[in-house]
Amino acid sequence: MSTANTIVNLPDQRTAKLPKVNYINKEHGLLSWLLTADHKRIAMLYLFSITGFFLLGGFFAGMVRFELLTPAGDLMAADTYNKMFTMHGIVMIFLFLVPSVPATLGNFLIPIMIGAKDLAFPRINLLSWYLYLGGGFFTLASLVLGGVDTGWTFTTPLSTHYLNTHVITTATAIFIAGFSSIFTGLNFIVTIHRMRAPGMTWFRLPLFVWSNYAASIMMVLGTPVLAIAIVLVALERTVGIGVFDPAKGGDPLLFQHLFWFYSHPAVYIMILPGFGVISEVISTFSRKRVFGYTAVAFSSVAIALFGFFVWAHHMFIMGVSNYSALVFSLLTMLVAVPSAIKIFNWAFTLQKGSITFETPMIYVFGFIGLFTIGGLTGVFLGSLGMDIHLTETYFIVAHFHFVMVGGMLMAFLAGIHFWWPKMTGRMYPEGMSKFAAVTTFIGFILTFFPQFIVGYLGMPRRYHAYPAEYQVLNVLSTAGATVLGVGYMLPLLYLGWSLKYGAIAGNNPWQATGLEWQIQSPPLTENFIEIPIVEQEAYDYEWLAHKTEKEVTTVG
Amino acid sequence: MSDYKVSTKNDPHTLDKHDPANVTNPEHAEHHIVGPATYLGIFAILMLGTILTVVASRLPLGIFTAPVALAIAVTKAVFVVLFFMHVKYSTRLVKLTVAAGFFTFSILVIMSMSDYISRAWGQW
Amino acid sequence: MADHALTHDEVVAPHGVHEHPFYQKHHFETTEQQREAAGFGMWLFLLTEIMFFGGLFMAYLLYRNWYYDAFVSGSNTLSLSLGLINTIVLIGSSLTMAMAVWAAEVRKQGALVMYLVATIVLGCVFLGIKTVEYKEKFELHHVPGASFDISEFVHPTDKAEKPLPVDMANKTQIYFSLYFAMTGVHAFHMIIGLGMLIYFVVKARQGLYTTGYVQPIENFGLYWHFVDIVWIFLFPLLYLINRH
Repeated sequence: MSTANTIVNLPDQRTAKLPKVNYINKEHGLLSWLLTADHKRIAMLYLFSITGFFLLGGFFAGMVRFELLTPAGDLMAADTYNKMFTMHGIVMIFLFLVPSVPATLGNFLIPIMIGAKDLAFPRINLLSWYLYLGGGFFTLASLVLGGVDTGWTFTTPLSTHYLNTHVITTATAIFIAGFSSIFTGLNFIVTIHRMRAPGMTWFRLPLFVWSNYAASIMMVLGTPVLAIAIVLVALERTVGIGVFDPAKGGDPLLFQHLFWFYSHPAVYIMILPGFGVISEVISTFSRKRVFGYTAVAFSSVAIALFGFFVWAHHMFIMGVSNYSALVFSLLTMLVAVPSAIKIFNWAFTLQKGSITFETPMIYVFGFIGLFTIGGLTGVFLGSLGMDIHLTETYFIVAHFHFVMVGGMLMAFLAGIHFWWPKMTGRMYPEGMSKFAAVTTFIGFILTFFPQFIVGYLGMPRRYHAYPAEYQVLNVLSTAGATVLGVGYMLPLLYLGWSLKYGAIAGNNPWQATGLEWQIQSPPLTENFIEIPIVEQEAYDYEWLAHKTEKEVTTVG
Repeated sequence: MSDYKVSTKNDPHTLDKHDPANVTNPEHAEHHIVGPATYLGIFAILMLGTILTVVASRLPLGIFTAPVALAIAVTKAVFVVLFFMHVKYSTRLVKLTVAAGFFTFSILVIMSMSDYISRAWGQW
Repeated sequence: MADHALTHDEVVAPHGVHEHPFYQKHHFETTEQQREAAGFGMWLFLLTEIMFFGGLFMAYLLYRNWYYDAFVSGSNTLSLSLGLINTIVLIGSSLTMAMAVWAAEVRKQGALVMYLVATIVLGCVFLGIKTVEYKEKFELHHVPGASFDISEFVHPTDKAEKPLPVDMANKTQIYFSLYFAMTGVHAFHMIIGLGMLIYFVVKARQGLYTTGYVQPIENFGLYWHFVDIVWIFLFPLLYLINRH
């Protein structure tokens, strides 16, 4: 047994080659990609497009942080600044975070993880991607036409009556992107219920599948309510129906009830697939099954359920009744419990495991620290008394960036790195990737921790100017953002580089369990040479050791 | 080509539910064909319900007008779901799915309305 | 166990080795699995429709609660008889659609086509009557927007109607907004359904759905019945608020 501090096990690079036939080279030509039904190709199409939108969203973030270097609003006009943070939020949430893990890693891996040849509805999967592009197109159109400045939350009556920016164009973008999300979720649910290989019972599924399943339920049930809220805003703006207009007897808060009914589950839609990645990576790099599999699986479903009961905690100061606020506050405390269960279970997975620190694991450790902080601050915000002071300040901004960026984005990067060898057949350069991961972590803390402080001290969000005493913390935050930007640019460079020059990965460079690691890298279009009969539990490292004696067949 | 030919091998009506290839019908739900007699009967019930709801709207029911109207509509909907949409003969999964949809809708309505109704109760 | 690299042809079996019906897609193991998956997928889609209409029902519920008198007055301007006829027509179209599914299952091609056409006819009757109703609303200036006219509600021509104070009369615009939004979205779903029915009639006449390939008719039936259920709620909520 080697005493190396890595579990990476690559084939002999002198003789290793990529498999002769795989899903990438099976067919050639642009149309074979644009009209594909192969879930793996669709996943790569998504990866390409969401990366583009991530860069766009990052640009807007840069603009925001640049403006906030100085207390005065001197870089751009107030309205322009409003457009910057609005577009940042819309692009990052709807065009990056929501599809990030499900549409890329989920699409690629779920059929393979359950032992199926494809998703239940491959052509609807392709349609999802085109709908995503449609949403992206309308977002870009809105940008080119002059942008929108309502904030990503489209609060009425600001969005319906007081602004003449491109609300309807953006609303159309979100409507279309929402259907992309719905169809992806629908596809996953049907696939996981009906396409599992013989012997793949629910409790043998990798936890990644459970997490995406729970997120899919929320996508299907929550997104349509956002759709109707947007339709009503559009009708209000065009026809003036009065449904959110106090002058005509409407209630602006009705919009918020409908909007947050989706947008709260949306944050769980965004994070749950990330939780799934963490489970897979933490098990692999501890060489140990996930502690309390059943608890982690059920906690995903519990989050999906309870996540629908707490939306008005975004509306505590908006005019909801005190009694209603009380109920929602209590339920918010409860919804924190399943997430906490996961953190505990991951911690116990680490205990007495053989831990190594490959890049995906570094991102996982970053996740566990940062998500825990972010999640705990969410509990503070769920308390009514605290929320009155902290809401609409930078405390909230820091809270959600800790969970979404420190949490979800790190989980996404962990997943991309973990499954990169499977998707491309190539390894990325480990030294460079470790450096990027650490840079990201440091940059993140520098960017967002000061925001907790400055928010607690009272700096409001969504303002382009602020009192001079907050400047030092803001400068720290902007400096951190620069470091963070470097940390995010590096993967683009070295992952791209690895496609041509990376080491050949072989089938199972991480010696991981899971059906996806028992097939070639990159996989065949059909995934499996023959459909597996599953007899082993999830994360069964003894089964893996036994299996490794037999060589995995490669075509070519 | 105006006619489709089909092989009878693997026809779902001949495939044994214990055939190992039948991987995903774990509940082995029998495929029940609902006939015209049932449909006509349900149609008659729905027509009755329609007449009933018009009659009820003309009666001075006071605060019961809305509950009665909704009760009749819900009953009609239940018949459509169970018989026209075959849910009575469907798998547990389908039944659960239908229930989940109505449950989520009820959460939206109940929790939002609880805000509106309790606003009138004042501060504390 | 396999210690040689398989050739590509050994991996992907030539078509025809595993015989399956023409309508079974390659990623499914059996037609039963495909049928179950398709049905389940359609039900999940209907769940999204429940939540989509659900938002509108939520708005309706709130404003009916707040502006009951305005809703009563607005509702009474709708034609009860046209609404009733439409309800009967639409439930009838659900019957013909259910019969179409039965005909496909027992492989009676002629009956299938007949029932599909009947469903189309009844659907068109429904939309025709709706058009008549909408036209009337335009003429009476009951369409929300700049030309909305509340005089009918402040000084009702029908003596049995209660006159409303001006601020409550203004709220009838919310009633009509919801009327047009809900029946409009409903009608939009029907139009899409009618388009699909035309496609199904064409394919049914070619014999596609009487080969055992019932699932498209079955699943469309689910969609059509759902549209019917929405109307089953819209009729009493919009037309029958207080008719005595």
